[in-house]
Amino acid sequence: MPDIDQEFLDLPFRRLADAALTKARDLGATYADFRFERRRGQNVKVRDRALERVGDSETVGYAVRVVHGGAWGFASAVELTPDAAAATAAAAVTVATTLAPLNSEPVELAPEPTHQGTWVSSYDIDPFSVPDTDKVAFLTSVNERMLRTGKVAHVDFSVRQVLEGKFFADLDGSDLVQQRVRVDGDFTATRVDDATGAFDTMRSCALPSGRGWEHITATRSCAAEADDVPDLLEQKMASPSVEPGRYDLVIHPTNLWLTIHESIGHATELDRVLGYEANYAGTSFATLDNLGRLQYGSPVMHVTGDRSTEHGLSTVAWDDEGVAAQQWDLIRDGVLVGYQLNRQMAQKQGFGRSNGCAYADSPATVPIQRMPNVSLQPAATDITVDDLIGGVDRGIYVVGDKSWSIDMQRYNFQFTAQRFYEIKGGKLGGQLKDVAYQGTTTEFWNSMEAVGGPSTWLLGGSFNCGKGQPGQTAPVSHGAPAALFRQVNVLNTAAEVSL
Amino acid sequence: MTSLPVHEVVERALALSRADDCIVIGSESTRANVRWANNTSTTNGLSTGNHLSVVSVIGGRVGSVAITNPTAENLASIVRRSEEACEGRPEAEDAMPLLPGDGAPADWDEAVEAPGIGAFATLAPALGEAFRRAGGDDVRLFGYAEHVTSTSWLATSAGMRRRHTHLDGRIEVNAKSPDYTRSAWVGQTSETLADIDVPALYAGLVERLGWAATPVELAAGHYEVLLEPSAVADMLYYLYASSSAREADEGRTVFSRPGGGNRTGEQLFAPSVNLYSDPAEPGIEVTPFVATSSSSSFGSVFDNGLAVGRTQWVRDGTLAALVSTRHWAATSGAEPRPYVGNLILDSPTGPDLAAMIAATTGPALLVTCFWYIREVEQQSLLLTGLTRDGVYLVEDGEVKGAVNNFRFNMSPVDMLAQVLEMGATVPTLPREFGDWFRNTKVPPLRVGRFNMSSVSKAT
Repeated sequence: MPDIDQEFLDLPFRRLADAALTKARDLGATYADFRFERRRGQNVKVRDRALERVGDSETVGYAVRVVHGGAWGFASAVELTPDAAAATAAAAVTVATTLAPLNSEPVELAPEPTHQGTWVSSYDIDPFSVPDTDKVAFLTSVNERMLRTGKVAHVDFSVRQVLEGKFFADLDGSDLVQQRVRVDGDFTATRVDDATGAFDTMRSCALPSGRGWEHITATRSCAAEADDVPDLLEQKMASPSVEPGRYDLVIHPTNLWLTIHESIGHATELDRVLGYEANYAGTSFATLDNLGRLQYGSPVMHVTGDRSTEHGLSTVAWDDEGVAAQQWDLIRDGVLVGYQLNRQMAQKQGFGRSNGCAYADSPATVPIQRMPNVSLQPAATDITVDDLIGGVDRGIYVVGDKSWSIDMQRYNFQFTAQRFYEIKGGKLGGQLKDVAYQGTTTEFWNSMEAVGGPSTWLLGGSFNCGKGQPGQTAPVSHGAPAALFRQVNVLNTAAEVSL
Repeated sequence: MTSLPVHEVVERALALSRADDCIVIGSESTRANVRWANNTSTTNGLSTGNHLSVVSVIGGRVGSVAITNPTAENLASIVRRSEEACEGRPEAEDAMPLLPGDGAPADWDEAVEAPGIGAFATLAPALGEAFRRAGGDDVRLFGYAEHVTSTSWLATSAGMRRRHTHLDGRIEVNAKSPDYTRSAWVGQTSETLADIDVPALYAGLVERLGWAATPVELAAGHYEVLLEPSAVADMLYYLYASSSAREADEGRTVFSRPGGGNRTGEQLFAPSVNLYSDPAEPGIEVTPFVATSSSSSFGSVFDNGLAVGRTQWVRDGTLAALVSTRHWAATSGAEPRPYVGNLILDSPTGPDLAAMIAATTGPALLVTCFWYIREVEQQSLLLTGLTRDGVYLVEDGEVKGAVNNFRFNMSPVDMLAQVLEMGATVPTLPREFGDWFRNTKVPPLRVGRFNMSSVSKAT
C-alpha cells in the first residue's frame, strides 16, 4: 500500500471535527458527521505539439451534516480553525431549522457499525511526483508521432490527475482516513479533407483508472494507440456509410462499459427509483415492484455492484457516510435483484443496511447516493472476441465509446463509437461510418446471447458522471467482457440530418 | 491560519510575484440551496468559500496554480509554486503582452453582502404551502432552488484591476401524478428568489397535468414543433460551444469553410435569427471582462482584463462573428471576440406562447424541454436528445392532449434555418445546461421539420 500523503495528515482535521461535532451535539443534533477533504488536481493539455495548459488546483475544506428536529442540515466552509468549524456546525443547524417547513418525513438512518482506520488505494506512481516537464514531453511526443504521418491535421492530448484525501468522523465514533489516486488520459485526432471540407475525429480507447501515472504510459494506454489511429481514421473516412436496419452487434468492452453505465448503473440507483432525482437526472423504470421479478436481460447477464474492485474509480474502504465497502448482485441470471443504497434509503425501504453508495464530490457538497463500480461479469469459460464474431452472419463490431444519450427513465438510448467494423459470414471486414445503435434497455439486454470470457474483460469508466442538484460529478468504473447482441436497431446518422 | 479579505489576498499575492508577468484572480462565493421530492425536502446546504488562482509568466512560459482558502500563511508558497511551474516548459503559444491597467474600480475593497440561507425567507414558507396543497390535489412535487452570490477580483502586474459581483438564483419544479405517468416542468431564474410566485408556478403545472389527462400516441417522424424557450436555450448552448474561431479556421467545426477559414458572412439561418451576447443585458448581467486562469480556444490567460462588450454573433440569419482570443485574432487577421457568459436570441416583438398556440392550425408538437443532449456528428453538429416532462399535441389553435416522449436527432444549425416563427424573447433557464450556462434570454420558436427519430417509453 502506498504511503498516505503527509501534507494531508498534517492538516488539523481532528481538531476541527471535535469542535464541529461537539457544537452540533450541544445544539441538539441527533446525528452529525464531519467530512474533511483535500483534493489535488492537475490538467495537462498538448495541442498540435504546443503546450496549451498545465493547471494545478488544490481544494481544501470541510462539511458538517446534521439531523436536527428530524430534518437534514448541511453547511461547508474552508477556514481551518476550530471556531470556524463550530460556526459551520451551527450554520448546518440553522439550515435545518430554516428549511424545516419543507420537511414532512423525519430522517432515519440505517444502522452501521462504527469504524476506525486508514486506507490508501492501489497505485504505483503518484502522478504528482512526476515532473511536469516529463509529462509535457510525453504528451508532445505522442502528438509528434501522429502528426508526422501527415494523415491527421490535429491532435489534442489531455491528461487529468487527482489525489484525494478524506477524513470522516461522526457522533457515533467513526474515525476514517482515506487516500485515492486516479488518472485519465486520452487523445483525439482530427483528419481534414481540405478540398471538400469533410473532417472526422477518432479518440483513443483507453479509459480512466484508479491507478497512478503508470496507467498513462502503460502498453495498453492511449499512447500505445497513437501509431494506429492515423491509419484507422483515414480508413474510417473512406469507408462506406452504413445501411440502416437490424444487425447483430459484437460490442467491445471499450464501448459496452458506457452502455452498462447508462442503462444499468443509473437505472438501479434507488434514489432515482424513489423520485429524489425526478427533477434532474430522472427516475427509473426498475421500480421496487420489479425487484426479484423483472427479467432485465438474458440469463447470461450477471451484474454486480461494488466499491472494492482494485483500481476501480468508485473503490473506497468506507463511503461518505462511514459505511464499509461491499460487493453485491444487482442482476443475477438476468433478473433484477438489487439496488444501490445510502443509509437513509436503506432504512426507509427496509433493506436493513446501506451497501455504501454515498459520495460527495467536494467538501462543499452533500453526500448523495452515487454509483458504485457496476460491472457485467464474464462467462466462466474463455469465449474470445473471435468466437463471438464467428457466430455472426451479418453484423457490426463496435469499439470505443463516443456519443451517448438515454432518456430520464433509462429506457431509450442511442450510442455511437470510435470504430464500427462490418461482420460478414463470421469474419471481420472493414470499417463502416455514420453508425449509431439505438435501443430500449430491457429489449437490448434480453437480446444478449453471449458474453465473452475473462480474457475479454476490461475495467472502463468515467471521471465525470453527473447527478444531483447542485450538480456533482463522480468517478466510476465499469467492468465488461465483449458481448454478442442479436438484431439491434442501427441508424445511419448522416440520414438523420434533416437538411 | 489568518484569513484575509479576497481583494487583499489578490494584492498581496501580486506583491509577492517575482515573475515577468503575473495574473491573480480571487473569488468569494456563498451558495444556499434546497431540494425536494414527493412534497418533502430531501437535501439542502449552505456553502461558503474563497478561491485564488495565480498565473505566473516567465520568459513566455506559463505556470498556473489554484487553491481554496488562501491565507496570509500560504500565499507566498502558492506564488512560488506557480513560478516554479514555469521551469522547463515550452513558451505558451498564445503569449501576448498583458493589457495595461487603469487603476482599481471604486468598489474594489468593498465587503460583499451575501444573504445565504436567508434568501429562502419568503420562498421556503411558500414552497411548504405548495407541498401541502399538492398533497391535497394528489400531485407530487419535485424540484430545486438555490441562491448564489459570487464576487471575483482580477489583478495583473500590468496594473489591471477589475471586480464583478454576480447574484444568481433559480427554481425548478417538476409536478407528477402519483403514478408518474403525467409530468410537467417549469423553471425560472431570479437574482433574489424574492420575486418567485410559487402559487402561479404551481397553477401552471396543474394546468399542464390537466392537458396530460388526454394521452395521445404518435409515431416517430418529422414534425412541426413549438419549442418552449428552455428547449431552445439548451440547443443554443451547443451552437455557442462550437463557435471557436480557431477551431473553425482549422477545419473542424460546423462553422469551417471548405479550403480554409470560417463561414462568417454566410447566411446559415433563417433571416429572423439575431443572436448576441451582452454582459450588461438587464437581468442576466455577467462578468464584463475576461477572467481566466487557463488558456483554450475560447480564452487566453494573456487576455485577462480585456473588456467584454455586446457582440452580435448572428445578424439577420448571417453568421457575423465567432469567439476569438487576441492571439488567434492576430494570427488569423480577425478582430478579438472574447467569450461572453450570456446569450440572447433577439425577438422583442414576437407573440407570447399562448398566442403561438392559438395561431397553430396544426398538427404541431409543443415541447417543454429537452434532456440528455449530446453531439452525434461534428460536421453538421447533429445532436441527439429527448423530450421530457411535457410534449403536447397542438391543433386547431388549442392543446389536444399529451404526446409520448421522443428521441430527436437534429442540428441546432438546421433548427435555426427552419424557424417559421419566433415568439417574444423572455429570460430563460435552460433545463439541462443551466448548471453552467443559465444566463439566457430566448423566445419560443416554431420550427418546421424537426426530426423525432424514435419513441421513448419514458414518462
